[in-house]
Amino acid sequence: MQRTIGRDVGLISIVALVYLAASMLIENQYYQLMLTLIPVWAILGISWNVFSGYSGMVSFGHASFFGLGAYTVTLLFVQVDLSPWFGIPIGMVVGGIAGALIGWPTFRLRGHYFALAMLAYPLALLYIFEWLGYQEVSLPMKRASPAAFMQFQDYRWYVGIALVMLVAAMASSLKIERSRFGLSLLAIKQNEPAAEAAGINTRAWKMRAIMASGAIAAGVGGFYAVVLLIVTPPSVFGMLTSAQALIVTLFGGVATVWGPVVGAAILIPLSEVLNAELGDTIPGIQGVVFGVALVLVILLAPEGIVPHLREALRRRRGERAGSSPATVVSASVHQPPISTGHANRTVSTEVVLTVERISRAFGGLQAVEDVSFDVHKGEVLGIIGPNGAGKTTLFNVLNGFIPPNAGRVTWAHANLVGLRPNEICRRGIGRTFQVVRPFLRMTVLQNVVVGAFVAEPDDEKAIALARAALARVGMADRATVLAGRLTNVELRLMELARALASRPQLLLLDETLAGLGSQEVERMLSVIDALAKSGVTIVIIEHTMQAMVRLADRFVVLDHGRMLAHGKPEAVTKDPSVIEAYLGKRWMKHAQH
Amino acid sequence: MHGLIITENILQALVAGMLVGSVYGLMCVGLGLIYGVMRVINFAQGDFLMLGMYATFYLFGWLGLGQWLGPYLGPVVAALLGAVVLYGLGVFLHRTLLSRVTGMRVAGTESEGHYPQLILTLGMSLIIANGGLILFGSMPHNIRTPLSASAWEIGPLVGQELSVFLNKARSVACIVSGLVALGLYLFISRSRLGKTLRAAADNPEAATYMGINVDAAYRVAFALGIALTAIAGGLVATYYPFQPYVGLEFVIIMYAGVVLGGFGSIIGAFWGGLTIGLVQQLSTLVLPVQLQNAAIFVVFLLIVLVRPEGLFGRNAERV
Repeated sequence: MQRTIGRDVGLISIVALVYLAASMLIENQYYQLMLTLIPVWAILGISWNVFSGYSGMVSFGHASFFGLGAYTVTLLFVQVDLSPWFGIPIGMVVGGIAGALIGWPTFRLRGHYFALAMLAYPLALLYIFEWLGYQEVSLPMKRASPAAFMQFQDYRWYVGIALVMLVAAMASSLKIERSRFGLSLLAIKQNEPAAEAAGINTRAWKMRAIMASGAIAAGVGGFYAVVLLIVTPPSVFGMLTSAQALIVTLFGGVATVWGPVVGAAILIPLSEVLNAELGDTIPGIQGVVFGVALVLVILLAPEGIVPHLREALRRRRGERAGSSPATVVSASVHQPPISTGHANRTVSTEVVLTVERISRAFGGLQAVEDVSFDVHKGEVLGIIGPNGAGKTTLFNVLNGFIPPNAGRVTWAHANLVGLRPNEICRRGIGRTFQVVRPFLRMTVLQNVVVGAFVAEPDDEKAIALARAALARVGMADRATVLAGRLTNVELRLMELARALASRPQLLLLDETLAGLGSQEVERMLSVIDALAKSGVTIVIIEHTMQAMVRLADRFVVLDHGRMLAHGKPEAVTKDPSVIEAYLGKRWMKHAQH
Repeated sequence: MHGLIITENILQALVAGMLVGSVYGLMCVGLGLIYGVMRVINFAQGDFLMLGMYATFYLFGWLGLGQWLGPYLGPVVAALLGAVVLYGLGVFLHRTLLSRVTGMRVAGTESEGHYPQLILTLGMSLIIANGGLILFGSMPHNIRTPLSASAWEIGPLVGQELSVFLNKARSVACIVSGLVALGLYLFISRSRLGKTLRAAADNPEAATYMGINVDAAYRVAFALGIALTAIAGGLVATYYPFQPYVGLEFVIIMYAGVVLGGFGSIIGAFWGGLTIGLVQQLSTLVLPVQLQNAAIFVVFLLIVLVRPEGLFGRNAERV
């Protein structure tokens, strides 16, 4: 995302010019039409990719936008005599608005539900347009000034216009991919709750994506109507249109700029030629070819053609360069176990966060009941309690994942209850998760950059901020590694860096020490201690007492959702009710000695 | 007098809705079984329905079942035989294709392999529908028995004014669908294999530790799922003309029914399908014919948006 898109757009334009020059040599009008249709379906694929490819929310309904664009251009042409030169931009606006109208209710759904709901929109539109009496609308020929109405005797004009649109679509796609837009969508695709907690406004980005996608699809739909001169509901709203968008993209490669283009360049001519040669004798051959192409891609190169080739090329290049060290041994210096603790830390009695009478039940289970406590500026507050005590639920309430049934959380004079996680992150509260939630297919640096977006409106500065955060947790040397390759402790450090990159004043750490070996615990403790010394207030969940006694200034003890005790570690650990909760009544006698 | 006509129309629509709805219910059960066990949305389900129609059509004709067994039993036996053929096809397709993108191989991977599953079933759908066009041609077929155009009359009720007609072919289809769905319900809840399927659905990994072959369980679920939908297809074929692209007309009905019943609930899928049938037939009273299908989509959208856990189910998948 660091590179600018200038060079790539240059390359794309050169390819487009070569394509145009080649098309100039072709006289046959049928082949000229085919050369127009390749960019058309490539653009529809790009449109699908911009939304579904990057965000991972599969849309079966891109025909809605395509069809609305086609009908907008056609009806404006037929009814008010407006030229497609204006009709197409208006169609794009319609497509963008349709994206917002469809996205607004549908984004509440996830996974399969979202995909299926999207399927229903174009099919409903199809029947509505038929009912409105638009079964077959043709664009009248303009003999007087055809060019002003985007009508050309020579089809090569259409090839040119299609290519201009394609270059524009690819440039937008690149722009999105290389900016926080694309990275935010990728983060949403890989782990939506983590993206939300890292300060990404997931709903807003998804909305922007579907609007951009709808506009692109509608634009190309309008152009399609101009080229074919006739629009029918099944041809633009039909299943095959939505499927075509998916097919070229999935075949070429999801979430890549070139994927839809390569997919269209291979599949469209193949199916068109087969259809022309064999369509009379074998009528369904086109669909069969598409189907076989999809099945083969899944079996042989499930990630699509472009990523597959790229990977193959890289592997070959890697071999030639002589075995580059496959594993970089983590070079971060293990600091000697420092005397963590309460020395050198400036803890004031100033209250930064107030939790008042928070309760939350799941069905009949009272997970958190009437919990109140304060967090002091600069302290490390340990929240401890046995499994099922309600610790994580409490965190989920604090950072906005779960609304409480009752109670108030006050931070900087404002009530946090009712805010979404990204807004709470924006206000300076970061968090990590009990089960790490990394973006596995992004690099360590990209993971952390996602967290930095909220603190830095400028992308370059966000990257610098992310590097600084990585350095603070001792992971600077792992920046370019894919998160999927990290060890457990490294994942936890990376997650910590992601939370740090949002420049939080308060960090919520959920069992950051879970599953770590003793040396790794020391490493983590020293990092947390250094953070606390630098002035970050920390609330940390743990159920192992030993580590916590060394780290925390104060404890809050939860059991079965209720607050059992709070206060200095020495006092809390001697509290009989705490011992009972941890060890059971039988041990009370032993413990009191 | 006018009020009587309206009452008659409503009653007639209700009855027709029940009759087609029961068959819709059975096709939904097939799709719901596959989703419930494998967590795969089978895009090609409508095309398997279409194959069920053609299988029934040809078996009925070739074996001369009409002469042997008569118009009531003949098509039903043909549909059941067609289901056996589709079961075999399902086993084959799972073994060669689906098993590569489902089950233990993808458990725990990014998005649990939804993308590949989606693409694969979309590819299968395209191949089957268009392959069907090549094999069977685009001419609409139907299974002609004397039942298609005859009806039982209930009534006259309320003096001599009001009567309701039950189309015989639809009535047979309705009863058979209900029985098959009931049979599946008993099979899933009572039999050992049914329990295996539920275990594999509930937690594939834990099921593996219990000695259950999850891939084999998925294979049964997939093959059984398309066989059930194929039976429904064969029954529809006795009163509805079909061509190779007919699957698309029914696939939305199936999705709507399954979602309505609460994704993954098999008995819910049946009630969901039944409800869709009623909605479809009752909408004819107030909407123009062209908007009948749009009404189904609108109901479907409303359900997913307002109550994604379904009207009859409890398990939601919203987070």
